[in-house]
Amino acid sequence: MKNSRRTFIKLAGIAAAGLAVAPKKVLASSGGHSPVKVNATASHAKHWAMVIDTTKLHTAEAIDELAKVCHHIHNVPSIEGKKEVKWLWHDTYGHSFPEQENPHLAEEVHERVFPLLCNHCENPPCVRVCPTKATFQRPDGIVAMDYHRCIGCRYCMAGCPYGSRSFNWGDPRLNLDMANLNPEFPTRMRGVVEKCNFCVERLAVGKQPACVEASNGAMFFGDLKDPDSEVRKVLREKFTIRRKPSAGTEPSVYYII
Amino acid sequence: MLELALKGSKRYYGWIAFLLVLIGIGSTALVDQWINGLTITGMSRDVSWGFYISQFTYLVGLAASGVMIVLPNYFHSYKTNKHMVIFGEFMAIAACIMCLLFIVVDIGQPTRMMNMIFHPTPNSILFWDMIVLNGYLFLNLLVGWTCLQADRQHLPHPQWLKPFIYISIIWAFSIHTVTAFLYQGLPGRHYWLTAILAARFLASAFCSGPAILLLVMMITEKFTSFKMAKNAISTLVKIIAYAMCVNMFFFALEIFTSFYSNIPGHMHPILYLFEHASSGLVTLMWTFIAFAAISITLLVTPRFRNNYKLLPWTLGILIVATWIDKGLGLLIGGFNPTPFETITSYWPTGKELMVSMMVYAIGALVVTVLFKIATEVKAEVGHSQKLDCGCSSEDTCECAPEEAPAEA
Ligand code: SF4
Ligand code: SF4
Ligand code: SF4
Repeated sequence: MKNSRRTFIKLAGIAAAGLAVAPKKVLASSGGHSPVKVNATASHAKHWAMVIDTTKLHTAEAIDELAKVCHHIHNVPSIEGKKEVKWLWHDTYGHSFPEQENPHLAEEVHERVFPLLCNHCENPPCVRVCPTKATFQRPDGIVAMDYHRCIGCRYCMAGCPYGSRSFNWGDPRLNLDMANLNPEFPTRMRGVVEKCNFCVERLAVGKQPACVEASNGAMFFGDLKDPDSEVRKVLREKFTIRRKPSAGTEPSVYYII
Repeated sequence: MLELALKGSKRYYGWIAFLLVLIGIGSTALVDQWINGLTITGMSRDVSWGFYISQFTYLVGLAASGVMIVLPNYFHSYKTNKHMVIFGEFMAIAACIMCLLFIVVDIGQPTRMMNMIFHPTPNSILFWDMIVLNGYLFLNLLVGWTCLQADRQHLPHPQWLKPFIYISIIWAFSIHTVTAFLYQGLPGRHYWLTAILAARFLASAFCSGPAILLLVMMITEKFTSFKMAKNAISTLVKIIAYAMCVNMFFFALEIFTSFYSNIPGHMHPILYLFEHASSGLVTLMWTFIAFAAISITLLVTPRFRNNYKLLPWTLGILIVATWIDKGLGLLIGGFNPTPFETITSYWPTGKELMVSMMVYAIGALVVTVLFKIATEVKAEVGHSQKLDCGCSSEDTCECAPEEAPAEA
């Protein structure tokens, strides 16, 4: 892990040096356009993570509200039944933390419902199994997808121990309100997998993930590797659990119980 | 040699036409799938692989099983099998083609298939599965075709082929092991997450594959002058018997581990399959157990094993049992319970079955054509031909057809 990150940084450094000495060539080869520039306002982190305070956010209505926001800005189609597509949703304690279930759990906890999304695991099996690198892990820990490369083999769905992925069995646009699309985010085509992307497109312009922003302070987002970050502060102060620790994937989404 | 496939009886052409009709009918469902996507299948968010992938898994076994005839011939100089080898190899070719087709019909974006090659990803088992399957297809084409051509010209098999033959024997084990790894390495799928899965796959392949081959060979005998040597059959049946016993033993190991350890994750899929699933699936799973028991009984008892009237039924029962276990139960049990400890039932839709029928019909067509060529060549050179007494020309014929062979 650490090693690959280091090599990445090294490679990035070499590439940057290359750009510095040969800007003309790059300009020529990119057809006269200027090379891609990183947005100056973008947020950066060594490893993004999320903490969800389920003492504050635990009703189906409240979570569905967040899901609505997420699904709208990401043009997630709404489909009923077994072939549904979802990035953020709610489920019971037993379904969310099957290994940590016990029959005498505090009733109040048992009645809560929990927001579920992709965990952006540190050690993601979905990346390990993907035969095309359509699912990949970014240096900042986010497990992202390239919808244009995915061949729709659905191996990542079998590999994810959290059921965090959805497949577009048919054309997703048939189930989208085409008059009410978010023009800033692409729609998908049929035959590809999709999932929560930790709002990379918002991080790139310095915004927080949409669900975090809409959660009224029940969700925290930040750099897990920075001891002074807000997520680390919350993790220090509150007892948290993660989903299915036994799978060894090291989820980056933490739940305050 | 391809011209040999073109001349045939009315019945041969009738059969080919029948297969083409099946392919035609099945392809309408495939066109529907191209237009509407995989919505036409019974798969879902929770059960994301279905009938296509399970057929793929089962057929990899058929492809690998050819080695059970090739291996005794080359590694142990067991020459009785000699004239059967080509059929094992040709069967493997057809099975590989069906496997690849099942993958193609299963993926959501078949036009992007080449991404697997443009962006090779060695950490994905699917990448390796593609390599080993295509490699095995190539090896069998090369070996099978070259040997048959040499036979036809009454030449010894060329020396340069030897390494390819040995590689192909080892390779056969790899294709099924890698296919098992496809399942075996996934966290959170308890039914698959077991070190013995690859061994189970091989055991099941080495009983079901030769059984299918033997059945097809019996049909071939009916329509051609080819005749299997009696010794070759009895060896193959013994291999099937051993492999089936080992297969069920491994299954029993799974049951013991799951239930003695009392670990819920390991027990749930088994309880689901044999108790809680829809009554149809539960009945099927118990049929698997019953059929496995019957086929083992028939196979280990010399009197029944050597009864060639009964044998096709024994083999049929065994094939059904292994198919339910590996071609259906394995997949459904792997996805259920879901990661949320819930149940999402799966059953293939009619269209899914039609597409599968198309792939199977293509496989049958390939088998027919290849076996036609092989039997024609054998007839030309006089190998393994049927004698008046009903024996094969490879048997040391003493002509007592009804009596069971002395050694059992
Ligand atoms: S939760 Fe699932 S999809 Fe998300 S990173 Fe982890 S394994 Fe991959
Ligand atoms: S479905 Fe797409 S993202 Fe998932 S494993 Fe296959 S190619 Fe990768
Ligand atoms: S992080 Fe962004 S993409 Fe993920 S669930 Fe929240 S809003 Fe949706």
